[in-house]
Amino acid sequence: MGLSVPALGGVPAGRGRRRIDRMIGRVAGPSLAVTYLSLLVLLPVAAILSRALSGGFGAFWQAVSQPEAVAALKLTLVCSLGVAVFNSLAGLVIAWVLVRDDFPGKRVVGAVIDLPFALPTVVAGLTLLTLYGPDSPFGVNVAGTRAGIVLALAFVTLPFCVRSVQPVLAELDRETEEAAASLGASSATVLRRVVLPSVAPGMLAGAGLAFARAIGEFGSVVLISGNLPFKTEVASSWIYSLSQSDDLSAAAAVSVVLIAISLAVLIAIGLLRRRFEIDETV
Amino acid sequence: MRSTSCPGQARLVLLLVGPALLAPLALGAPASPAGAAASAGGSVSLVAYSTPKPAFAKLISAFTAPPAGSGTTFSQSYGPSGTQATAVTQGLPADVVNFSLSPDMQKLVKAGIVSSKWSAGPTQGFVTDSIVSFVVRPGNPKHITSWADLVKSGVQVITPNPFSSGSAKWNLMAAYGAELAQGKSKVQATAYLSALLKNTVAQPSSASNALQTFLSGQGDVLLDYEDDALYAKSKGEPVTVVTPPQTILIQNPIAVTSDASNPKAAKAFVAFLLSSVGQKIWGQQGYRPVLPKVAAQFKFPAPKKLFTITSLGGWTKVNLVFFTPGTGVVAKIEQGLGVSTSSG
Amino acid sequence: MTARWRWPLRVVAFGYLALLVVIPVGSVFYRAFEHGFATAWDAVTTPDALHALFLTLIVVLIAVPLDTVFGVGVALILARHRFPGSWLLDALVDIPLAISPVVIGLSLILVYGKSGWFGNWLAAHGIQVIFSLPGIVMASAAVALPYVVREVLPVLLEIGTEQEQAAATLGAGPFTTFRRITLPSIRRSLAYGVTLTTARVLGEFGAVVIVSGAIAGRTQTLTLFIQDGIENLNPTGAYAGAVILALLALLVLIVLGGDPERRKRRWRSPSDQFPSDSETPSLSTT
Repeated sequence: MGLSVPALGGVPAGRGRRRIDRMIGRVAGPSLAVTYLSLLVLLPVAAILSRALSGGFGAFWQAVSQPEAVAALKLTLVCSLGVAVFNSLAGLVIAWVLVRDDFPGKRVVGAVIDLPFALPTVVAGLTLLTLYGPDSPFGVNVAGTRAGIVLALAFVTLPFCVRSVQPVLAELDRETEEAAASLGASSATVLRRVVLPSVAPGMLAGAGLAFARAIGEFGSVVLISGNLPFKTEVASSWIYSLSQSDDLSAAAAVSVVLIAISLAVLIAIGLLRRRFEIDETV
Repeated sequence: MRSTSCPGQARLVLLLVGPALLAPLALGAPASPAGAAASAGGSVSLVAYSTPKPAFAKLISAFTAPPAGSGTTFSQSYGPSGTQATAVTQGLPADVVNFSLSPDMQKLVKAGIVSSKWSAGPTQGFVTDSIVSFVVRPGNPKHITSWADLVKSGVQVITPNPFSSGSAKWNLMAAYGAELAQGKSKVQATAYLSALLKNTVAQPSSASNALQTFLSGQGDVLLDYEDDALYAKSKGEPVTVVTPPQTILIQNPIAVTSDASNPKAAKAFVAFLLSSVGQKIWGQQGYRPVLPKVAAQFKFPAPKKLFTITSLGGWTKVNLVFFTPGTGVVAKIEQGLGVSTSSG
Repeated sequence: MTARWRWPLRVVAFGYLALLVVIPVGSVFYRAFEHGFATAWDAVTTPDALHALFLTLIVVLIAVPLDTVFGVGVALILARHRFPGSWLLDALVDIPLAISPVVIGLSLILVYGKSGWFGNWLAAHGIQVIFSLPGIVMASAAVALPYVVREVLPVLLEIGTEQEQAAATLGAGPFTTFRRITLPSIRRSLAYGVTLTTARVLGEFGAVVIVSGAIAGRTQTLTLFIQDGIENLNPTGAYAGAVILALLALLVLIVLGGDPERRKRRWRSPSDQFPSDSETPSLSTT
């Protein structure tokens, strides 16, 4: 399962070796994976949870129901959901064009998509502010608006939405589409009943990633949004303010809410994905 | 290529990246920009807020320059004042600490890293002064010269978010204190803060973000430290710095930690920073020297009324009353503004 | 794809990409070289800059393989085994994304810091995690955790288990099956996953700034160096640094060959010798 063991060759060498293989594969592999996940994610999340509740549930609720926290959470959720939906559709279109179309410079375009990701969020934020703020060379000024927030979120989540769909689309079997078309199905029907179900797991995965990233995003959003409390302040910025004001417990509390919402949405998406996948692997 | 995809590709990456790894080794990347050779002077860890980084570059050069050069090497860390203070309490090695406001030093005192006597020296523990200034467009097209101008209709103000930025706290207390200095009552001063925040079109998370926001074309006036504004000007940014008639004296604390690994060199460095030579360099960098003799050599604009945070009750009280998230005066003002203007 | 839709789709795709990717990235390159190549070069070859690059590369070389191995492993577990609670594992993998990087950094300090849960144990064993390389690696690996899983899992599910089962009945152990059957068929998506992971690790700022202590020349990664440049109004150095990050990400993508158009052939023939006409029934149809 991905552990590097000197190659066993393709030659089966007896039940003993296979048993060891299986043991490593079924026990050691998952245990290692869970340990890694714990060290890196689960323990820190547990620490946040513990800190959030360190003042009792009353303090937790107070931190979470504070008007500024609520406003920030609402804004973040609305913008993140919007971006997830919007960017998955855009991602599908772009992946489609990259996989099914042919034009000069396609390789370049394909390679460039991941670049926003490699840019530090501060550079992304500043660049977007310069390009689409008051001094915009295109006359487009979305600084201090929700549109600006959505733009910044779209910028950092686009690679997910394209790259989640692209490999699935590339692996897709054209024969079925061609068969359906030759039997008289319209493009729309072929799309709806052959293509979409196959790319749906990928799209949903991309949407989930985009949503999760969007609700936690700070650096690239905070400049172009203007960060006005109750108007354009996103949850991660409010959490940052709390941590800078030494109210770590409140910061942890609001983070816990974000994590919980994200988990809920991701689980829902995961269930949806499984439905499509079960259809697939019959 | 196909069946050995994973290790083969890993090898390829290493092959390409390997030379890149060797290059810095060959250059023997020294640990500090001053490039001073490590010798008898030992090493000093400096942890400071973000603004004085360029100033420290000059100061360290001067401190380590021959002939008086001590041969000390420096490791430097800069960041938001509050974050840096917390980092030191969490174990970030620090011999000399310099923050933008005293409460951050208090954090270290509370954690036992700095002696409570840090403010006992002749300069009360402060190494530099500054004031809150207005930063406006070149030529000051909207003729902003006083605090009253900031709350006129149509004027757009930028100040960092006071809950994430120490700089913003200085800004707002300067505004509040300026009103008191003009004879207004506390109620009126609080009302002024409300009007000011109403005119605020952006509250970026840090002073540096606020400057970037202003430079991107937003707003008519930015509230900022004078030294930060002067630095921007020296870098050729299109700004004009206006000194308000009443403003607060910003005092930046410095101290040697009690668990410094090299106390002798650290104390020597701080002594240098407080010496005439050091203070002169600070002055050249746009910071108001704390030594009156040196300050007199510079022509910093003198506001009619200059007050300190002590006259407003001191940071502990001010933080509690004004800046407690959710219940502080400023928090309540933001809430009021937000509830009345947020459209959900 | 019908010809009728080709141009509308192209316009939408290109327009969106131009607005959101090409122009911003291009602007970064422009600002880096605005004052000439020499100025940019000087700005990124100072000792601090080089050390920052060096440190970033080390972090990438440790964090990315770790995340990759983990990602493939978890994807395999989730794809091949339905155990109670697999839905939870599935969602937990994405959690780092939902946490603001600053909070990730703070949470690592809460666990591994001086006064954290393991603080005393680590100090007793002389291990420095926070404000040192291990902390930076952990923060970077944590924020980029989900990508390999998310790229590989849908494809693993799409291709099904038939070939793997066939290999098993022929006597191949799990490792061999993985190496000869599974790996080649997920190669493309794995390449994307690794590229995304690398790009994310390269660009991480928020979590790293908290756990690293930002000590110039020691724990300052390239992103921290860039932030410094912006804060101190030295944009050339900052943007040139960003260009380096972008080029590194590009390099990884090219080396891993994630480009799907290199071989227009179907997944079902993992070995190059067999033509793409299928002998096995298609799985991906309704």
